[in-house]
Amino acid sequence: MARETVYFDKQPKITAVSTIAGQKEKSGPISEFIDEFMDDDRFNEDTFEKAECKMLSHIIGKVVEKKNLPLGEVDALIAGDLLNQIISSSFAARNYSFPYIGVYSACSTMSESMIIGSLLLNGGHMENVICATGSHFSTAERQYRYPLELGSTRPPQSQWTVTGAGACLLSNNEEDIDYPKIVSATFGKVIDYGVTDANNMGAAMAPACADTIVTHLKNTKTKPTDYNLIVTGDLGVLGSRIVKDLVWEKGYDMNSNHVDCGEMIYNICEEEFQGGSGAGCSAVVFNSFFYKKLLQKRYDRILFLATGALLSSVSSQQGESIPCISHAVEIKR
Amino acid sequence: MKTKTKNNQNYLEYVSNIMPKTNEFQKIFRAFWVGGFICCIGQALRLLYQSVFSLSGDELAGFVSMTMIFLGALFTGIGIYDRIGKYAGGGSIVPITGFANSVVSPAMEFKSEGFIYGLASKMFVIAGPIIVFGTVASVLVGLGYYIYFMVV
Repeated sequence: MARETVYFDKQPKITAVSTIAGQKEKSGPISEFIDEFMDDDRFNEDTFEKAECKMLSHIIGKVVEKKNLPLGEVDALIAGDLLNQIISSSFAARNYSFPYIGVYSACSTMSESMIIGSLLLNGGHMENVICATGSHFSTAERQYRYPLELGSTRPPQSQWTVTGAGACLLSNNEEDIDYPKIVSATFGKVIDYGVTDANNMGAAMAPACADTIVTHLKNTKTKPTDYNLIVTGDLGVLGSRIVKDLVWEKGYDMNSNHVDCGEMIYNICEEEFQGGSGAGCSAVVFNSFFYKKLLQKRYDRILFLATGALLSSVSSQQGESIPCISHAVEIKR
Repeated sequence: MKTKTKNNQNYLEYVSNIMPKTNEFQKIFRAFWVGGFICCIGQALRLLYQSVFSLSGDELAGFVSMTMIFLGALFTGIGIYDRIGKYAGGGSIVPITGFANSVVSPAMEFKSEGFIYGLASKMFVIAGPIIVFGTVASVLVGLGYYIYFMVV
């Protein structure tokens, strides 16, 4: 039983990270931890989609460069994004000659790609794997909502898609002992509690997230207090409150050590309402703030759960509710 | 299955209880004054055209609408209308300037897919339904009007 949780005896290490974000994220509270910022939303490209692709391509190059790794040594790139047919990641991958595994798990792509990468490393099939994902406010708005210049109001339960991308390099290398290690992971189930409001992502995603947290805690026989932090992806203020309630209902108390990347990335004022969202949200926050804190040994053990809403604009228009997923990765120092 | 639906009901109820509420009074007030202000501009133009160009009737109404549509499109193009919209909500959507905004904004957005398949074909993505239902409604009202006068 308990096969949703996998344990990595080889403990793949996160040996390098790279992040990039937009100007709005630059004014947020964790901006000092983010590597680079784009001067404008288009990143010197003529469309936002090309900019998103360039962001991903850029950080993939950076993460390899940081580790001084010859490009031939990268065994695979696991990446995904929010756009239809995951074009940003696939188009970014064409700039590189290493094998590419395209994944889609909406905003939980970061943790999903980390699990797949760890499995490949743990099985001894590969040595160096890059996991990357990103999102762009303007491309997401266009695909899921309205044109940018349309004078519409956002409801107070809405979130703001993060413009940014993050990548990490997982390695099995014996020399790299002093890095954060991925020790176990739990695959999430698709859970749908019937929320149909596409603006209320937090409430839609919270049950899936709570389920994965509880499953992971049960399977690993741990308590929330065993972790320095339980980091969720992009539940926002409202979703964070719900997930704490749902986990509490199952007999676990994580009020004191839960944080949400969506709550951290912006100085939440009226425009963002519940905080950040999007695949880039957890990717940027995890690979900047949390990675650096892990390196500094401020945290010894964190549980990272990116959360994703698996909807499309067609499914919402057909009145479908929003199925959601969340994958958990346990990282130890 | 039944308990599942019930659980879902409980969850949805719980969510709607803790969901942040829209400040309705504030929204209505903002919509009222901005919408009213836009209408005042329209009325001012009307008076201006009437006295300066001595227009009247349909011509006058047409010129006022044209100017307002132009202004709506212009403010959309220079990126101001969406800010007004964020503040005013319905106040800037309902007047004719809002209609201009709903045509110009997708046109700008989808220009990157080319002039034919992007700009021209996506131009009425938002305004399309308004035109369709507007036309249908006008036909129905016209019919009703006709029948009423046939009978009376």
